[in-house]
Amino acid sequence: MRNDPALQEASGPVLAADGTPLKQSLARALRRQKLRALMLIAPLLAFVLLTFVVPIASMLFRSVENDIVGNTLPETVVAIASWDGAAGELPDEEVYAAFARDMIIAVAAKQHTRLGSRLNYELSGISSMFRQSGRKIKKWDPVADAPFKEKLIEVHKGWGEVSTWALIQTYSAPYTSGYFLTAIDMQLTPEGVKLQPEDKRILIKLFWRTLVMSMIITGSCILLGYPVAWILANLPARKANLLMILVLLPFWTSLLVRTSAWKVMLQQQGVINDVLVWLGFVADDARLIMINNQFGTIVAMTHILLPFMILPMYSVMQTIQPTYLRAAKSLGATNWTAFWRVYFPQSVPGIGAGSILVFILSIGYYITPEIVGGTKGVFISNRIAYHISSSLNWGLAAALGTILLAVVLLLYWAYDRIVGIDNVKLGG
Amino acid sequence: MKLTKLIATTASCALVAGSATAQEMAKEMTIVSWGGSYSSSQQNAYHTPYSEMTGTSIINDESSAEAVAKLRAMNEAGNVTWDVVDVVASDAIRLCDEGLALEIDPDTMLADAPDGTKASEDFGDLLVSDCFIPQIVYSTTFGYRTDMVGDTPPTSVCSVFDTAAYPGKRSLEKRPINNMEWALICDGVAKDDVYGVLATPEGQQQALDKLGTIKDDVIWWSAGADTPQLLADGEVVMGSTYNGRLFSVIEEQKQPVAMLWDAQVFDLDGWIIPTGLSPERKARALDYVKFATDTQRLADQAKYISYGPARKSSAPLVGKHAELGIDMAPHMPTDPNNAKNTFLYNYEFWADYRDDIDAKFQAWLAN
Repeated sequence: MRNDPALQEASGPVLAADGTPLKQSLARALRRQKLRALMLIAPLLAFVLLTFVVPIASMLFRSVENDIVGNTLPETVVAIASWDGAAGELPDEEVYAAFARDMIIAVAAKQHTRLGSRLNYELSGISSMFRQSGRKIKKWDPVADAPFKEKLIEVHKGWGEVSTWALIQTYSAPYTSGYFLTAIDMQLTPEGVKLQPEDKRILIKLFWRTLVMSMIITGSCILLGYPVAWILANLPARKANLLMILVLLPFWTSLLVRTSAWKVMLQQQGVINDVLVWLGFVADDARLIMINNQFGTIVAMTHILLPFMILPMYSVMQTIQPTYLRAAKSLGATNWTAFWRVYFPQSVPGIGAGSILVFILSIGYYITPEIVGGTKGVFISNRIAYHISSSLNWGLAAALGTILLAVVLLLYWAYDRIVGIDNVKLGG
Repeated sequence: MKLTKLIATTASCALVAGSATAQEMAKEMTIVSWGGSYSSSQQNAYHTPYSEMTGTSIINDESSAEAVAKLRAMNEAGNVTWDVVDVVASDAIRLCDEGLALEIDPDTMLADAPDGTKASEDFGDLLVSDCFIPQIVYSTTFGYRTDMVGDTPPTSVCSVFDTAAYPGKRSLEKRPINNMEWALICDGVAKDDVYGVLATPEGQQQALDKLGTIKDDVIWWSAGADTPQLLADGEVVMGSTYNGRLFSVIEEQKQPVAMLWDAQVFDLDGWIIPTGLSPERKARALDYVKFATDTQRLADQAKYISYGPARKSSAPLVGKHAELGIDMAPHMPTDPNNAKNTFLYNYEFWADYRDDIDAKFQAWLAN
């Protein structure tokens, strides 16, 4: 009725007690309420923003950031822009002079070696070129020592190679797709985007392996966890509590201890092999290889992640009324039909929640694959760790991390489309 | 912008003035090292005497393995909480390149030898970076099970590639450094040519092919404690690790293991001081480092762990193990009997080629 313009025109807007239009005063009250609610969560919001969103975003931003070249060699970047590297001729004195001036400043500020490490990710050997040249350039004067072209080539023959200058030109933009291309086994070269040489292609393979093995681990957690959760949910409370402690016990033990324990169990001179040899199932000189490979990683990670599967399953199963099963049976269902048609569908939300937890945890796992994975059981996270802590190639690590994050979000989206995220329950 | 600069300059001037008049030093310092028996050898040889002498309280942090990444993060956050950091030389070079470590002038900042020899001469070639203060020489070398090699114990590093004479698994580090050099030497490349060959793609392939001949017999380790454990369990017949780790397996745990010193690769470990410290903390860090790397202190550390002191003048002072009472000199990687055939880690080469070769090495491992 209020929407009827004729009526509104006739009587004017409805007014509140203080004379303002009711609509306006309602909106104001609501806004105040929302603001109060926002104030209540503001500390948490600020905390999450500051400690989680901002650092992750700034880390991910490194995957495209490349301003180090432009900042360290500002004049060179401008001078080299018009040079045509494809012609195969060295840039002329103007570029060399700009480069020498930039370097004299960079060496004084000790920035040149940092740039050398950056460019070394793209071309091996350039790092020591910058370091060695820096020692000599330190003594140069930007005016008195000109011209620079021959001097630089004399300092290091690398400055006399077209490929060096082509590289600087290719990576002179403040943003680069180079890290992302490297992360998918491609490379950004002066001649354009190319595949990595075959003997350096590894990252796609590791991404794929991480996904497949995480799925296998999730699957084996479902198979092992389901019966346990079922027993837990159907035992009398006292016994269930005792069993629950056994499930939780691994949580209270250090991750490293548990992983190392698997080493003791699975290695060739380990407990399982010793028992098998003693029983005569396996010859002493043909002991099974169960660790430092994919099998070892799957076993150890399944064990470590199992509680994350059992707990959500258990809390969902607890809410399933046993009377439903009895009713199904009284209507003539066999045990299997009653389970499969009545009980199982109700437990799916628990499986879903457990699977998401286990899968997402395992996709980013690092320490267990590192210890028991050998060569074929390591994940992409092991490469990310290498680039963060050893090679200091944080740009590449960020690109790998961004791709991993995107893959997880994609899978989450697919899960939502196929199973439905409303269908996930962490508890009754 | 101008204003903040002005304030910053005034503030730093005031700080410099303050420190210059009183030479004040921080009362507390955080020293980062590797943990385990290595840290306790430093505690005994350096930290305790220094604390007693100056009253400084020393906080130990065992983060050396992640030092490079953490220092970079601290530096970017503008809050460096470490005062002195123990790192291997290659990490020191990386930190120096990144501008994260303080440049050191050995002759003015470090102690002279007792006979007056300047520090730069006493350390000699071991000053591999402008920021690095050498402390010990250690080596990566092989140990083997004496009960698994029959009557002909291995004498050459190439036994590692000889699965016919020495069957069983071997443990090698899961990175290209050292393994590529050993592979080339055992494939007939002369020692002086190794890095020239390794700089070419063909040479890298040659090394990987040689390693490929034993790929199925190798357990790849990533922590220094792995090989000693694998040897003690009898999982491997021989394996590479740091010589100090093998010393403790052989002499402290009395396992049937012996050293194969052939083609051992010398590497250095030492101190760096992070950039961005306040004047008081920097003064304290420099004071500590000057004390901890003098001739006597470096020799003292060898009482607790079998790593060679980095100063020439310390070598004659190396005595007996503090608990076992055995002579330490024959267990030093630098002892003439052990150092008949050695290699010095080529820092410049690996700083340049590490990422490239590592990518190839890891791709080769994964295939």
